[in-house]
Amino acid sequence: MPKDHGIGASSKRREDVRFLTGTGNYTDDINVYGQAYVAFVRSDVAHGRIKSVDTAEAAAMPGVLRVFTGSDFEGVGSIPCGWQVTDRHGEPMKEPAHPVLAHGKVRHVGDPIAAVVAETLQEARDAAEAVMADIEELPAVVDMKAAVASSDTLVHDDIGTNLCYDWGFVEDNREAVDKAISEAAHVTTLELVNNRLVANPMEPRVAVGSYEAAGDMSTLYTTSQNPHVIRLLMGAFVLGIPEHKLRVVAPDVGGGFGTKIFHYAEEAFCTFAARALKRPVKWTSTRSEAFMSDAHGRDHVTKIELALDKDHNFTALRTETYANMGAYLSTFAPSVPTWLHGTLMAGNYKTPLIYVNVKAVFTNTVPVDAYRGAGRPEATFQLERVVDKAARELGVDPIELRRKNFITEFPYATPVAVEYDTGDYNATMDKLIEIADLANFETRRKESEGRGKLRGLGINSYIEACGIAPSNLVGQLGARAGLYESATVRVNATGSISVMTGSHSHGQGHETAFPQVVAEMLGIPEDMVEIVHGDTANTPMGMGTYGSRSLAVGGSAMVRATEKIINKAKKIAAHLLEASEADIELKDGAFSVAGTDKSVAWGDVTLAAYVPHNYPLEDIEPGLEETAFYDPSNFTYPSGAYCCEVEVDPDTGKVDVVAFAAADDFGNVVNPMIVEGQVHGGVAQGIGQALLENCAYDETGQLLSASYMDYAMPRADNVPMVTVDHSCQTPCTHNPLGVKGCGEAGAIGSPPAVINAVIDALQSGGHTHVTHIDMPATPNRVWAAMQG
Amino acid sequence: MYAFEIERPTSVADAVSALSADEAQPLGGGQTLIPTLKQRLAMPSKLVSLAGIEEMKYVRRDGDVLVIGGGTTHGRIAREAAEHFPGLAALAGKIGDPAVRNRGTIGGSIANNDPSACYPSAAMACGATIVTNSREIAADDYFQGMFTTALEEGEIVTEVRFPIPEKSAYMKFEQIASRFPLVGVFVAKFSDRVGVGVTGASNDGVFRWTEAEEALAGNFSADALSGVTAPPASDMIADLHGTAEYRAHLIPVMTRRGVAAAA
Repeated sequence: MPKDHGIGASSKRREDVRFLTGTGNYTDDINVYGQAYVAFVRSDVAHGRIKSVDTAEAAAMPGVLRVFTGSDFEGVGSIPCGWQVTDRHGEPMKEPAHPVLAHGKVRHVGDPIAAVVAETLQEARDAAEAVMADIEELPAVVDMKAAVASSDTLVHDDIGTNLCYDWGFVEDNREAVDKAISEAAHVTTLELVNNRLVANPMEPRVAVGSYEAAGDMSTLYTTSQNPHVIRLLMGAFVLGIPEHKLRVVAPDVGGGFGTKIFHYAEEAFCTFAARALKRPVKWTSTRSEAFMSDAHGRDHVTKIELALDKDHNFTALRTETYANMGAYLSTFAPSVPTWLHGTLMAGNYKTPLIYVNVKAVFTNTVPVDAYRGAGRPEATFQLERVVDKAARELGVDPIELRRKNFITEFPYATPVAVEYDTGDYNATMDKLIEIADLANFETRRKESEGRGKLRGLGINSYIEACGIAPSNLVGQLGARAGLYESATVRVNATGSISVMTGSHSHGQGHETAFPQVVAEMLGIPEDMVEIVHGDTANTPMGMGTYGSRSLAVGGSAMVRATEKIINKAKKIAAHLLEASEADIELKDGAFSVAGTDKSVAWGDVTLAAYVPHNYPLEDIEPGLEETAFYDPSNFTYPSGAYCCEVEVDPDTGKVDVVAFAAADDFGNVVNPMIVEGQVHGGVAQGIGQALLENCAYDETGQLLSASYMDYAMPRADNVPMVTVDHSCQTPCTHNPLGVKGCGEAGAIGSPPAVINAVIDALQSGGHTHVTHIDMPATPNRVWAAMQG
Repeated sequence: MYAFEIERPTSVADAVSALSADEAQPLGGGQTLIPTLKQRLAMPSKLVSLAGIEEMKYVRRDGDVLVIGGGTTHGRIAREAAEHFPGLAALAGKIGDPAVRNRGTIGGSIANNDPSACYPSAAMACGATIVTNSREIAADDYFQGMFTTALEEGEIVTEVRFPIPEKSAYMKFEQIASRFPLVGVFVAKFSDRVGVGVTGASNDGVFRWTEAEEALAGNFSADALSGVTAPPASDMIADLHGTAEYRAHLIPVMTRRGVAAAA
């Protein structure tokens, strides 16, 4: 029987009651008395010199409180970057200034030039149209290779190049890798694009800044995945407000997918303007603004070469990637194509020699940063595509080629600086073969052919690094922050519990899953535990939620704090039971003396802590509240095997995903239903990237896919029923829950499976010249590939 | 949105009168105009909503002609045309989503003449008559290119009359984002002729593929199209979602499928 409570139970998501009944409290639902509204004037050209910004007419319009331009922010800090990458030659990356409002130049369509604050939103928008910006349009830098090849046009004139960094990893391997490739029995080469994506959370970004002058207290309500990080970045680096005078609240957040990690100019603006005007200031992004101001994802152009010996052992891997940074460095942008991508290039394989080169490039486009998977989908896509291509070139079964090269002994130190603690890649592959019914694929293919469709099968195996991660390690790699997580477990007098966590839930289900852990540890009902998150005023300093880290890192902090609670509660119970602390056992919500029938209930112990009439005050303090900060000793390494079956219409090139199976190893699982939902969502996004989503610019830097009329999101009918299995479990060895993280796996594992399946379908239809199609594999692209 | 005045007349006569004001613009179901206004891409001083004109909302059969009021929603057409003209009902039933179908109207669509609208292909294939408050216009004369029609300022589409074919089908190949037709082909077989209307594809808006019509008139089967050359790619739209060559390729593909599916 599956468990019905505690760790391992599919408890229903308690937060869904408010999300599904319209009673959530999102940032746009927050209205502060006296609030004014801001409308941003955004650049409609990709690159230009600001000759003047005339605000006089706008400032005189009805309801306008003030019009701000870039010059109002002289002396205010630059929007900071949180990660420093050192290049192949030991030089720091180029780090241009990122003003709150554009100053001197505009650098992408959507770059804010001015901001109008007015009594009403309508008045702000009306006046924004009256701001006259005289901009001398400059040629735009759009293509990454051209941007690096020539310095004729520079996104940032002061740094003298469009190259942010040229990173080599591991640089000392470079010559050995070159030699192994030149001497290999077989080399498979693939050039590919990892398409630029727009995250498109359902809730657009919103910021409400307010200022209480008497106490000199600023508050920012914002759509963030990590309010403490925003407080630190904005307070310390941009506006110069100390932490105790700045509160950041991220209430219910309607999806993040990475794009709400970063500190954005609009947040700093609303906080700044509220102080300047002594009025609360609110900004709610329109969907059109979101397309041109939310950080985009992916956008890599890669050449990958895989060397094999005559027995098909992988001997070396070499990649060269151009990674688009966009016009400015977003908060974690430099880390994505380097430490979140290069370190994953070993994949599931024991390839002994690996060299990864990444050139990060500035262009006149929206900044690019982490998006669900962040670097790991890019690594997995190129590796699993090149392995698939190699199998085809060598005429061997793609599963067998993978198995031959799988890492089978753990812990395993890769040649790209990480150590996998556990895994069993053959087990997930075996499980995949079973749940995807691969034995009967040829029957299904014939059935499809009978209907005039080409059926293809795509296999993928993936590894990812989650639970980001040891602070001392990421510090060496350039992170300007620690990456621990925190929790305060506050046991109330009657035994109910409030857990204040530094993690942030924006759809993940923490409010349900976290109590399952605490309830299991204490033997009390889950509904006695409530999760508090999202407000710097009442949660301990934590780094927030991204990189599938919440349960592995934040959950571990919560476990540690709960252990402290148990230790103290046992002392109280020992006193009440007049027994030795060593003899006290906690089971099913009661403390008992081992080997006797003497016991005291959980609630009696907690009450004693707060009403300490009969209490060992000489030994321990009253109260029952503990905080823990947890800093992991390693990343976690979820892995799995995915399978996609597609049907291709040979007349039109249209691809339908007709079957999808995912066999994941997430280590231990707290709530299987939530885990499966995370995989479903990730697979849907991966199918979106593989077949539909494409953020496209033209050569002048105009955004072509600036609305849902042109940017194709996956919809229900694009996604088949996804068969999900997580029964292969090799628990993480270094966190107390043995969990690995599941939030990004679906988006990492699915794109190569889909494209491998499309190629297989075309090959089966006799289009043997088609060895690759770039994502998204739209009908037009697939049809064109078939034409040759 | 910018501020505007709105009038909600309840008769065609009152609507025509209201539209005589300077810069007045008719508002049908609002499925194009309202998003345009929200993005501040249009600034009419006055909107005249046609949604309250009950006399423009009907689907009725008049002999061999299906007569549809200009104010009739796609959803209603999908339901009420099904018995008489299943090809047109199916077309209407696949426009947008339920919210769009319950607001958007055939008159609004025909008057806007978006190059990727669905109805114009059926109107062209069937040789429909567009009826306005002042005259009757043959479909061939009415559609005059992208977003361009024979309508005069202030003229309202009050009715569309579709000769009912023996068999018909609409084949829509969707643009993946908007799900408007990248290429849509309406095939209509009458006792004495065949109509093939193509939407979404051409720089000149909806058009009749007359070579296919002639080939199919003698032999209404997909095979009859094998010798017919596709319309030239040089006339086709090219954008993010499809090259001109791809659109040109899809026209015969969708036409063949329409012929095979016609019922």
